[in-house]
Amino acid sequence: MAARSTTASTSDARFDAVVVGGSAGALEVLRQILRTMPATTAVPVVVVLHLPPRPPEGLPELLARDCLLAVQQAEDKEPLQPGVVYLAPPGYHLLIESHRAFALSVDDPVHFSRPSIDVLFQSARDTYGGRLLAMLLSGASADGAAGLHEVAAVGGITIVQSPAASEAAAMPSAALALFKPTYVWTPAEMTKELPSLFAVRSSMLGSPA
Amino acid sequence: MRPEVTDLEIRLLLEAIYERFHYDFRQYAIASIRRRLIQALTAMHCESISALQARILHDERAFPRLLAYLTIQVTDLFRDPEFFLALRQHVVPILATYPSLKLWIAGCSTGEEAYSFAILLAEEGLLDRTLIYATDINDDSLRKAQTGVYALDRLRQFILNYRAAGGTGSLSDYYHADQDNAVMAPELRRRITFADHSLATDSIFSEVQLVSCRNVLIYFDRELQDRALGLFADALCPRGFLCLGTKESIRFSAQAPRFNPMSVGPKIFRRVD
Repeated sequence: MAARSTTASTSDARFDAVVVGGSAGALEVLRQILRTMPATTAVPVVVVLHLPPRPPEGLPELLARDCLLAVQQAEDKEPLQPGVVYLAPPGYHLLIESHRAFALSVDDPVHFSRPSIDVLFQSARDTYGGRLLAMLLSGASADGAAGLHEVAAVGGITIVQSPAASEAAAMPSAALALFKPTYVWTPAEMTKELPSLFAVRSSMLGSPA
Repeated sequence: MRPEVTDLEIRLLLEAIYERFHYDFRQYAIASIRRRLIQALTAMHCESISALQARILHDERAFPRLLAYLTIQVTDLFRDPEFFLALRQHVVPILATYPSLKLWIAGCSTGEEAYSFAILLAEEGLLDRTLIYATDINDDSLRKAQTGVYALDRLRQFILNYRAAGGTGSLSDYYHADQDNAVMAPELRRRITFADHSLATDSIFSEVQLVSCRNVLIYFDRELQDRALGLFADALCPRGFLCLGTKESIRFSAQAPRFNPMSVGPKIFRRVD
């Protein structure tokens, strides 16, 4: 009954979590991506952005301004909730444990970055296997490429921002040098195509399990 | 490799380490352990975690190397200077009301946090009546901490932190530099007792007015985190202080009701009476 109502959650059969990584030039693209996500999004969205050591306050608020989902900084041991966008806290790696709760670490930076996108993607892969949608955006380092490759290797959906349409091409180019992702999209294509990945499929709503 | 197979191998390895070497990592957060073990595999030229397990059981020199991967934490003097500034401004005036002080630095690694507290208390005129217990499970780290010797190339960061933490003198008042190293002053070392202690298996050893355990609990699972927080609450005097890392939380712990957060920014809590 509830499953057929208009407030039913989006439940894409193909992924249980979304992970996003980006660096230089990724913030504006991330805002556009978050804007496409419907209020009924039934999966958690976990984001690692490389930021300066002392990032401006209020990034969650900035991102929440035109996003229908709650946006917050992830806390250690916090269980992942559907329909929430989590940001890695500055200075800490963000990992997802097998019981679907966050863990933080202050282990050495990876690709000179903490938080590292590879660390998030690899722990998400270990937890969700192929039931993952992973996106790598504009950026000036190779962080995230290996992790995205590992998500692809277990059958996850991978999206790389097209290098030509990236403010900094190194990050997406590093991924494309390793493997062929499911999609290579410009920001405009992401805005256009992502809603169908997130769309409520009325034909599926009768069987949420 | 299939993650579920890797996780099974990790569980068996941690069980073997516990049985053979009495180090208990069985309740550590597995995602970080997994990353550290994969680094150890590469460095120690093992094909799999099962191979690593065979290695540490049969080659006596192998386990200390692995232990370094599992426990070593790189930190700085006055790491997160805003924490030490808040401590100086809001906690030290209360600590000053005690006739004698005992502090516990839990998970002290190579000693930087313990020396930072000692320097701060020396500047506030409290060190002479203070005893600092600094504990860790890694004996190599404890030996390094005891010597108080740090490479000179780390000093630049130490000095920046010290100033941002509200240091009132010059950091060079607290060490002697030789060609390659800074050696912490004996007056500081005299007030610190470095000792082997496990938050996973040992119990409390003294009543203390302050516990600092920053960026250690993030490596524990919830049950072990609860155990450690329970030890801290038991060891603290009523209204005693608990200091955690800037992004650590007690929100998801069963021990949360035993602490009240202070409203001073960084993660400083007081034991409920």
